Amino acid sequence: MKHLLSAGDLTAAAATEILDIAAEMAAVQGREIKKLPTLRGRTVVNLFYEDSTRTRISFEAAAKRLSADVINFSAKGSSVEKGESLKDTAWTLQAMGADAVVIRHPASGAPYRLANWVNGSVLNAGDGTHEHPTQALLDAYTIRSRMGRIDGLRVAIVGDVLHSRVARSNALLLKTLGAKVTLVGPPTLVPQELGDVSYDLDALLPDSDVVMMLRVQKERMHSSYLPSAREYSRRYGLDGARLRRLPEHAIVMHPGPMNRGMEITPEVADSPRSTIVEQVTNGVSVRMACLYLLLGGK
Amino acid sequence: MKIYIRDGLIVDKAAGAQVVDTDGLVALPGLVDLHTHLREPGREDAETVLTGSRAAALGGYTAVCAMANTSPVADTAGVVEQVYRLGQEAGLVDVQPIGAVTVGLAGERLAELGAMAESAARVRVFSDDGFCVHDPRLMRRALEYVKAFNGVIAQHAEEPRLTEGAQMHEGDVSQRLGLTGWPAVAEESIIARDVLLAEHVGSRLHVCHVSTAGSVEVIRQAKARGVQVTAEVTPHHLLLTHELATSYDPVYKVNPPLRTASDVEALRQGVLDGTIDIIATDHAPHTSEDKECEWAYARPGMLGLETALPIAIHVFGEQWDLISERMSYAPARIAQLSGHGHPLTPGNPANFTLIDPTAKWAVDPHGLASLSHNTPYAGMTLPGRVVHTYLRGVQTVENGKVTK
Repeated sequence: MKHLLSAGDLTAAAATEILDIAAEMAAVQGREIKKLPTLRGRTVVNLFYEDSTRTRISFEAAAKRLSADVINFSAKGSSVEKGESLKDTAWTLQAMGADAVVIRHPASGAPYRLANWVNGSVLNAGDGTHEHPTQALLDAYTIRSRMGRIDGLRVAIVGDVLHSRVARSNALLLKTLGAKVTLVGPPTLVPQELGDVSYDLDALLPDSDVVMMLRVQKERMHSSYLPSAREYSRRYGLDGARLRRLPEHAIVMHPGPMNRGMEITPEVADSPRSTIVEQVTNGVSVRMACLYLLLGGK
Repeated sequence: MKIYIRDGLIVDKAAGAQVVDTDGLVALPGLVDLHTHLREPGREDAETVLTGSRAAALGGYTAVCAMANTSPVADTAGVVEQVYRLGQEAGLVDVQPIGAVTVGLAGERLAELGAMAESAARVRVFSDDGFCVHDPRLMRRALEYVKAFNGVIAQHAEEPRLTEGAQMHEGDVSQRLGLTGWPAVAEESIIARDVLLAEHVGSRLHVCHVSTAGSVEVIRQAKARGVQVTAEVTPHHLLLTHELATSYDPVYKVNPPLRTASDVEALRQGVLDGTIDIIATDHAPHTSEDKECEWAYARPGMLGLETALPIAIHVFGEQWDLISERMSYAPARIAQLSGHGHPLTPGNPANFTLIDPTAKWAVDPHGLASLSHNTPYAGMTLPGRVVHTYLRGVQTVENGKVTK
């Protein structure tokens, strides 16, 4: 594996290997000395064209715990603001000897373009409305940790699927790993082409093992995707009453950042069923595993 | 076969006539492109009238219609005359300017269509191509107004509210790639409206770059009803599909976007049965800065002049009557270019091209005459090579090379 661009590129075996290595990385995180020497002397560039505190910090922590040198390149206040193209930026990174570039970009497919222009590995840390493969991997890791397996589980991904890179990556990866995925939301926000679709959250809840809530942005109301935030949360928001319709063992996930009161109520977000904090913790281990595998740690 | 030329006309064998021996090559009437972007004035870094004329001659063309979306926009007699003059100076093909329908292509008020029609450029085709004349009242008025000088409105059919932020064909591939979709209905709904408007006011309508099966059906029905509508399709919509966007390489980004295989099939059928009157290139040169970037930031459009005929041969085979009709006779009729689009018979202007249909060539983006390199056919091997082209008896291409 040279790059990690799409969750769809991962076979079940490759994804499982990442999750297994992530588990080993997680074990190290429990030790007093958290750092491994694996990537000493290698350079990882975090190239962030969008503000993203949690993903950038997670990648930075992952690279540092593997002893890599980390360069944070944010588009704000950089040559990019002066009009430098992605291609020219790529050449700059190439000249600096980047072994891996972690890219977050508002344009779908930007990591694919970058991969043409640098010799190092490219990790997609979220591109437009396309994909966010490490989020899907950390979600899969979280599901496996909580439920003991992924194969055969029924997963509902709820919300603004149309604009969600998290949904796309999760739908691909969880299907590869044997889960039955249903995309749920109003027809304006749930495209038919990505998998099984349901418009009726209440009907689906009793038969769901995992419910993954997506962030719904307020601006969706302005382009007629939704009549109002209130109607959305009434029909598709996860509140206490809906939580109780889930089977005993079911878990609730959210990639963050949450719109409390919109797609999820505080009662649900803070309940023991919620894995939201674990997802963040697992993110570091999973990203360590990805960097380790891509940079030839093995 | 021998072709005799005197004073720019094809003549019967006569003393003093210039003789062109076709020498086993196929002689076709000089091709006419109803839809070319030459970028001058304004974007001479992407193409000029001269470089575009070279590409056209090498593609077997003797006339091209230059779209109005230059900078400044060709919405006045002054600008269309400038483009016309540049074409004359280049002297490789007849460059016939197309005038903008609305001032600045803004879709708000009519440009001085009559002044452009009466200018030295004698504009007959008007188009806001790149933008749709979406206001129904304005479109109706434009269709009516140009009747005074037998003009035609060439519509870029795209309902703008349905294509805000659109990046590629709306379908399974766009959903997978997370690129905002350009739904087929955005084209079909405008064509449906416009054929009704043209019918209502009794005007001629030309539909640019038809790209969907539904559009073909709407036009087929309108023609059956007797509406004066003509339609064009581009070579790329006859060959390529939206799957190519999977690479995120913007060389495949074009407007209207590449569609599905079943759309391609319906478009080919439309060309065969005459629902689609012409093949036009929509030759759209772009600099590398505008293409070697993120898909969403890239400009839409592809080169077409030097590959159109080979693609027509690739798709339809050696159907010379069909190709002559769709790429020469019919576009010349629609554009009212009386000196073009005639069979190679005595008395007609000596506008023709000689091609070797058996020659195969690999498309090299840097081997094309265009200033830009954004061809989607790089590396493909295409049939049919233009060997010689003649414009009014003057050779513009000799052994595959432009003469100036």
